[in-house]
Amino acid sequence: MSVPLLEVDRVSKEFAMGGLLSRQHIRAVDDVSFTLQADKAEIFTIIGESGSGKTTLARMILGLERPTSGDLRFRGELISRRMSRPERLAFMAAVQPVFQNPFEAFNPLKQVDRYLFATARRFLPSPDQAAVEAAADAALVKVGLSLVEVRGRFPHELSGGQLQRVAIARALIPNPPLLITDEPVSMVDASLRMSIVNLLKALRDDHGVSVIYITHDLATAYYISDRIVIMQKGKVVETGPARAVLDAPEHPYSRLLKASVLSAEDAGAGKLGPATDLMALSDRLLGATESRLEQRQDGRAVRTYSELPAA
Amino acid sequence: MADILTVEHLKAYYLMNYFGITREVRAVDDITMSVRRNEVYGIAGESSSGKTSFIRVLAAAIRPPLRVVAGSARYEFDDRSIDVANAGPEAAEAIRWSHLSYIMQGSMSVLNPVRRIERTFEDFAARPLGLSGRALRQRFVEHLGRLKLPPEVLRAFPHELSGGMRQRVTIGLATIANPQFIIADEPTTALDVVVQKDVLSLIRNLQKEMGASVIFVTHDMAVHANMADRVGIIYAGRLVEEAPTRQLFTAPKHPYTAHLVASLPRIGDTTQRPALEGRPPNLADPPQGCRFHPRCPLAIEKCRQEVPPLATVAPDQRSACWRWDDVVPLPGSIPAARVPEPVR
Repeated sequence: MSVPLLEVDRVSKEFAMGGLLSRQHIRAVDDVSFTLQADKAEIFTIIGESGSGKTTLARMILGLERPTSGDLRFRGELISRRMSRPERLAFMAAVQPVFQNPFEAFNPLKQVDRYLFATARRFLPSPDQAAVEAAADAALVKVGLSLVEVRGRFPHELSGGQLQRVAIARALIPNPPLLITDEPVSMVDASLRMSIVNLLKALRDDHGVSVIYITHDLATAYYISDRIVIMQKGKVVETGPARAVLDAPEHPYSRLLKASVLSAEDAGAGKLGPATDLMALSDRLLGATESRLEQRQDGRAVRTYSELPAA
Repeated sequence: MADILTVEHLKAYYLMNYFGITREVRAVDDITMSVRRNEVYGIAGESSSGKTSFIRVLAAAIRPPLRVVAGSARYEFDDRSIDVANAGPEAAEAIRWSHLSYIMQGSMSVLNPVRRIERTFEDFAARPLGLSGRALRQRFVEHLGRLKLPPEVLRAFPHELSGGMRQRVTIGLATIANPQFIIADEPTTALDVVVQKDVLSLIRNLQKEMGASVIFVTHDMAVHANMADRVGIIYAGRLVEEAPTRQLFTAPKHPYTAHLVASLPRIGDTTQRPALEGRPPNLADPPQGCRFHPRCPLAIEKCRQEVPPLATVAPDQRSACWRWDDVVPLPGSIPAARVPEPVR
């Protein structure tokens, strides 16, 4: 078996809150493990509400944060450690981020092509202008734009969808095998949203780029992902093949998330009753002391509890 | 009884004058619509489609450089009627919160971070309710009970509450004086899915209880599907389609609506979703003719020349498209045959 692309091995992250006397420790990420294979590109989705630890997990994969315990390995190399500058650059060329709000990611006073050129200059072996421009153009073509359209433009001259595509193009310049995208469509307008989602799909299918897609939107997750992991307050509660898990979620929290998705299918029926029983049950399970992930036959793993804590 | 809000040929432009050169941005361009009593009317539109400018006129918050150029927006309240598009600030002040109220988007920036919730409630409600002291406080506690919030919330600072609770507090502020008309501007956009559904059902229940009418603005079509009685779609400053919710989702008669409905991904359905090319037009320099024609798959020569009127195309359904008869639901749309049983 070949070396996996990314290995997340029993990773936890604790943050300390409060002063000296009232110090509390918050486990933002609690014992999370998964593996992305190198030979098959896939879209791996991390689902969770705010406070579920999904962004902390992404920051650890990007090397911006070091885990309290556990190891992260990229192509067999430990990344949760101090790296020398050449090592760090090589890692950054292979794992690139795309952020949530494209209007905040770009400086409004800077032309967007400067970001593309700066990234190209840093990661290309020969930093002459012709090669830099060729690399920027090639990356823009992958996202359905071209350098002619983007050259000299300021962020406010592009739509949210175009700007997010430029952000993805910038990430693609060093030809990374892995993209980390944190809620890439939540700030993009409805009519442009699907162009970004379809683009992520095309990157996987046509260019062999693996994508870690972080979101709270179950509908787009169902549409594009191969595997998903659902997180509740730092813990993985259910993980497995995306379609199987979302078609019939098993853990109460996954069921609650699915029940809370507003479906257009019932348009006009006014179905808004919250799933209070599931809400109470998943809250109760948070207090459980002993639990473990149990494998199921269809490839998923579900968190099970040795005893149900009292309400 | 007459409709509670009637908007006729409303035009509101941003007029700017720099060194003798006048620029105008036609944010609201000839909108005619009405909101019935006891109805939730959904307004959908992208950013910079003019929906916020439209809402500002309806909320009687017209400040330069936004100016009403033509038309009217008349409210028929039980005890008075007012045209907010042409009324002065004093007349608008007299109906604010007591008749017409507003639920805002970012609950963190609405609530003053250094004042307790009770003080904010006093600022909002003391004048329209005409109460003070213990009676006023008693009213706050009762009202918070309706929103399923404990009375201790009154002593809290905004940062001590969760996002969902804060949004409930802003809903409480908007509804405490029993207004007959509520404008809700993206009230659930910043919330998580579980909390979002909870807050939506709260707004819906309060609306039914008070018999108020609501204009509900969001770009999320899935929210409209479950929240609104009727939905109006705004594109580039114009109302392009309006229909009862179910009808709009199953039988759209404008290509833009058809696209919006078809691009909604659904759990259990993996049909390839289309993406709409192009970008929304710049309102300072909108295209000739129908403003959607550069992005429209059905555009013909006529669309490039003449502006299509908002015409009635089916019972209760209006569409501004020359080719509305040729609009067919795109792949991925909801089949009309599967009609769910209403729970209302």
